[in-house]
Amino acid sequence: MAFDLEEQLDQSRRVGFFTDTSICIGCKACEVACKEWNHVPDDGLDFTGWSYDNTVGLSADTWRHVAFVEQRKPLGHQESGVGDMDFRWLMASDVCKHCTHAACLDVCPTGSLFRTEFGTVVVQEDICNGCGYCVPACPFGVIGKREESGLAAKCTMCYDRLGAGEEPACAKTCPTDSIQFGDLDELRERAERRLDQVHAAGTTSARLYGHDPNDGVGGTGAMFLLLDEPEVYGLPPDPVVTTRDLPSMWRHVGVAALALLAGVAATAWYGGRK
Amino acid sequence: MDLRWPLLRQLTGGDRTGRGPAAKSARTEALRARTSTADRVVKSVCPYCAVGCAQNVYVRDERVVQIEGDPDSPISRGRLCPKGAASLQLTTDAGRRQEVLYRPPGGADWQPLDLDTAMDMIADRVIATRRETWEQERDGMRTARTMGIASLGGATLDNEENYLIKKMLTALGVVQIENQARVCHSSTVVGLGTSFGRGGATTFLQDLQHSDCVLIQGSNFAEAHPVGFQWVMEAKARGAVVIHVDPRFTRTSALADLHVPIRAGSDVAFLGAIVNHVLENELYFREYVVNYTNAATILREDYRGAEDLDGLFSGFDPGSRAYDVGSWQYEGMTAAPASGARDQQYGQRGGGAPPGRTEVQGGTGVPLEGRPERDETLRHPRCVLQVLRRHYARYTPEMVERVCGVPRHLFEEVCRHLTENSGPERTAEFVYAVGWTQHSDGSQFIRAASILQLLLGNIGRPGGGIQALRGHASIQGSSDIPTLFNLLPGYIPMPYAHEHERLCDFLRGDAPQQGFWANMPAYLTSLLKAWWGEAAREDNDYRFGWLPRLTGSHSTYDTVIAQLEGTVKGYFLLGENPAVGSANARMQRLGMANLEWLVVRDFNLIESATWWQDGPEIESGELRTADIGTEVFFLPAACHTEKNGSFTNTNRLLQWHHQAVEPQGDARSDLWFMYHLGRIIREKLAGSQDPADAPVLNLTWDYPVHGETAEPSAEAVLAEINGWDAQGRPLSGYGELKDDGSTACGCWIYCGVYADGVNQAARRKPGTEQDWIAAEWAWAWPANRRVLYNRASARPDGSPWSERKRLVWWDAGAGEWTGHDVPDFEAGKSPGYRPAPDAAGVDALSGIDPFIMQADGKGWLFAPAGVVDGPLPTHYEPQDSPVANPLYGQQRNPVRKVYEHADNRYQPSGNEPGASVYPYVVTTYRLTEHFTAGGMSRFTPYLAELQPEMFCEVSPALAAERGLVHGDWATIVTARNAIEARVLVTDRMPSLHLDGRVLHQIGLPFHFGPNGLAKGDAANELSAISLDPNSHIQEVKALSADIRPGRRPRGPALPELVRSYQQRAGVDASTGMEA
Repeated sequence: MAFDLEEQLDQSRRVGFFTDTSICIGCKACEVACKEWNHVPDDGLDFTGWSYDNTVGLSADTWRHVAFVEQRKPLGHQESGVGDMDFRWLMASDVCKHCTHAACLDVCPTGSLFRTEFGTVVVQEDICNGCGYCVPACPFGVIGKREESGLAAKCTMCYDRLGAGEEPACAKTCPTDSIQFGDLDELRERAERRLDQVHAAGTTSARLYGHDPNDGVGGTGAMFLLLDEPEVYGLPPDPVVTTRDLPSMWRHVGVAALALLAGVAATAWYGGRK
Repeated sequence: MDLRWPLLRQLTGGDRTGRGPAAKSARTEALRARTSTADRVVKSVCPYCAVGCAQNVYVRDERVVQIEGDPDSPISRGRLCPKGAASLQLTTDAGRRQEVLYRPPGGADWQPLDLDTAMDMIADRVIATRRETWEQERDGMRTARTMGIASLGGATLDNEENYLIKKMLTALGVVQIENQARVCHSSTVVGLGTSFGRGGATTFLQDLQHSDCVLIQGSNFAEAHPVGFQWVMEAKARGAVVIHVDPRFTRTSALADLHVPIRAGSDVAFLGAIVNHVLENELYFREYVVNYTNAATILREDYRGAEDLDGLFSGFDPGSRAYDVGSWQYEGMTAAPASGARDQQYGQRGGGAPPGRTEVQGGTGVPLEGRPERDETLRHPRCVLQVLRRHYARYTPEMVERVCGVPRHLFEEVCRHLTENSGPERTAEFVYAVGWTQHSDGSQFIRAASILQLLLGNIGRPGGGIQALRGHASIQGSSDIPTLFNLLPGYIPMPYAHEHERLCDFLRGDAPQQGFWANMPAYLTSLLKAWWGEAAREDNDYRFGWLPRLTGSHSTYDTVIAQLEGTVKGYFLLGENPAVGSANARMQRLGMANLEWLVVRDFNLIESATWWQDGPEIESGELRTADIGTEVFFLPAACHTEKNGSFTNTNRLLQWHHQAVEPQGDARSDLWFMYHLGRIIREKLAGSQDPADAPVLNLTWDYPVHGETAEPSAEAVLAEINGWDAQGRPLSGYGELKDDGSTACGCWIYCGVYADGVNQAARRKPGTEQDWIAAEWAWAWPANRRVLYNRASARPDGSPWSERKRLVWWDAGAGEWTGHDVPDFEAGKSPGYRPAPDAAGVDALSGIDPFIMQADGKGWLFAPAGVVDGPLPTHYEPQDSPVANPLYGQQRNPVRKVYEHADNRYQPSGNEPGASVYPYVVTTYRLTEHFTAGGMSRFTPYLAELQPEMFCEVSPALAAERGLVHGDWATIVTARNAIEARVLVTDRMPSLHLDGRVLHQIGLPFHFGPNGLAKGDAANELSAISLDPNSHIQEVKALSADIRPGRRPRGPALPELVRSYQQRAGVDASTGMEA
């Protein structure tokens, strides 16, 4: 794509989240702090029976979401305690990935979605016309439309707080520092160091997610240390920016158009000779 | 040309694709964080649990616009849990009640009422009820009180508010003053207090980082105290082993290294077996144990233990269901306890028999003098260590399997981790909460842990100790400045009615003569001076006679019975919701339905305010609104951002929160309510010559007020709590208190919080600018010490046990104790000091007596006094249990408090016929997303949506056995009531294998009730009133029940279902009542 993130960053550096799920206690403070700061409305009073998760997933009205996964598997270093059965309870706080190649941004026809000076992707509700193109474009299913206003809404990484030199509300409140905020390059190094620690402690199933700039979205602005396959947490294993093929599609369209034009011309020429 | 036009910006700037700055709208450009545009930032403290997270309150245009963590706090480091993070919504949500409501007797609905009229009406009712029910004497002894008025609440309030509640109500002659501390941690005060000398946690949260092994049992730390849990994670990151022993696999277990599933209510057997393991394998910290505990002390010859008497101790009288504790004493000395049943030996020590009390324990004939005999080789067959060894000999790993359902290999892992991480170089810390306290022998759970930590040498040392996690912002404060019937401020016991009792008799009877409690005359005299000022003189006994007298147990559960009997006519609920949060919730409502008047002060219309209109008994047809004569006043309360005051956190730390904005509408602080109620009552009583009114009219009650609402000055109340000398100068510590009437002090352990006239609780030097002790952040009692008994962090000779575990040590050059923390010891008393034989008071403690509040200066492995159900923790089954006690013939705690009442039926247990009707163990607990009885979470949308409905947790095996369907409904039935809940089938609720059977447990969060946004039946509909005899705490952590698929019946069919179960089980008035 023609978009050059580094150019957009201006003087400041790209910032992001590193969510270390190995120390998440599933308290959901991130969900609440996010809603308090951003005035996100509550998301309904439905008991789901999905372990302790009653907010189900990211949506226009839930910008941080904690997944709870109960598994009959041992947790690396953890000694088996539940009778003769191995068991672990995974918790992970999900959030908008603020992708390097953000499809929502690519498809937004109004300029409501834009790339900020911090490298994050933000919806501007005064510009959004509610077309909803961004909703299916997101490979993570993050962005949604608010029922009341009909406008798109998602995590802004607390754009206003970043402007004031403050960290996002979720990262600030996180009791165990499972959600860390900072310079993305530094976070990437920190994530790799942490992964080594967790591996050394015996949790060999741990892995990083979103840290690789060569992945289908060019790496994300929100990385995760997961303790199992991404699918287990409801994350796509190999996300691809849905607009990845747009240039080649346009090229093919161009070639096809040229071919068609040539055909028409040829037909006309051939037909004219008759 | 207007460059604000995006297309132009795109074409002329660097953002050619128009996805960056070119797309920025004017609104986006103008966005500013409201934290940066606030008019002011007010320093505050979170109002939920007792971790005491600091908050920054951002105010703009006199409205709170944001609340978030204060990074300066050394405890919370700027973080908040979901509840703390929701405190903006809690305090500013449009749903919060701001107007007074009034329900006349028999009324069908609320009526509006103006605040002044309401206050005047309430004052009239207090005066009238007091007159009608005044009791000058009972059984010939002066009681000078009213049993017609009771109050409940205080743990969510400020210390200053609790102080005024206690002061005014006591002056009015009200003795039934109680708060959540009774229901949550009263057994902590007994357990820790008798073992170590003070009833508070021995350490502070940040010190967890220095622990080598953190054993969490009886607590769901990560869920109930999430921000405090960061220090467990710090310890883990430094290599500590984290163990969670709990019936359920919780969010705490998920982060632990080892989860040990255990049968609810069997912890004494588990801990006793570790004690046995430590003793039998000689793994105790010998030098610590010999010098710092009473292991070497020799007991009397006539003492017999549970080992000899099949679960009883010597001195048991089945008729009175009580022990004569005389035979539990030391040979050669009678030691009065620093906590627990302080009045036990009044009869013998003070002269005259102790009359009129239901819990008279008898006494000894030995006066308080002499030195106990000791054998420092620990070989004497009657020395405490040998008695301990014999007592716990039968607590074997096999027994742990049979009683607790814990496999042997798991038990041994716990023993290994604990003992490997204790000693001079390493320390282990215990963390518990109400999973231990809320049992019919709850105090003994805490005692068991205390014994173990003393044996391992972990008390008073960095990374060691016992962390009692408390769950209300100031529940420690509401114990310290007690809105509790049996205590005066600073743990001075409330006097019982005795014939011709004067101050000197009381002090002789209840004050130890050695250790710091020997100064009780100074503490009590100063309190009386604070309350009655000039009217309190030496020649009138400092008005000791104006204190109303106790004649037995007047706990909140006794109050409920008294309501049903018609004795209690008026009731204050000050931030408490017993219709959901107290045991036998139905009985709580039936009690309130029998009142003449009820005052509810809260943020929202909680169940305790609306039961007459829409309570479960209205639905079932047991009560009709029109027939209920209770007059109900609902007064909206101010929240923490709307008032000044101090909270005392779980580690005795007083933190001041500053008022940010004025309360709206009729909302007022409880300081305002109690001050003005007292003022109005005093105005109405002015000129009265009735001697009963003298304590009210002479009470010091002239606090300065300010603002439009005439809010009293909380700082002036704090200054009185701190105390002053004869010239009115603030005192700087309790060492300055005198027994000659020249000092006044509202709470001696808080003396120093206003030293130099400075509010020390408001100190906020950032944690990053201090060491981990952070001594300049707020102020901790006593004397700003953070680790209690820290003299024990040094060897007997005063040098640290190890470099790694250095905390406080003797500086021989300077001739004083020094170190990182404030030494919990007389600064100049050298390790070599030994008292003269006739030494008394503090001088009687030697240089190697770290437990300075104890009469003998030692940690009590064996409690010769103070614990009424035994000097050593012994496993008894819960009141209602499907298991027969495998350890002794004695099934239940023989001295537990049980109440025979048709609405409080107990169930058959163990091998008793009918026990199989209630075959499963139920345990109750908190969730991160909610707060106690729900008044501060179920009405808050951001919290309600996270856990919107009552549910039960069951294992797949139980679900299969009973046909329960995940996500569907189940009905849970006890002999008290039946409730419905959504079903969560989960592996987190393991079924246990014990004694050849599979035992299933059912988990029930206790937060829910029918009001608010997050709803459901209350778990406390199922629980019974059966109490620990020491602390009167209810047993709600382990009971038995049946579970069946489907919703519960509606209407009269509900009580019918409960009755049919009772009949099937053969339940009658005598079931479970035996001693």
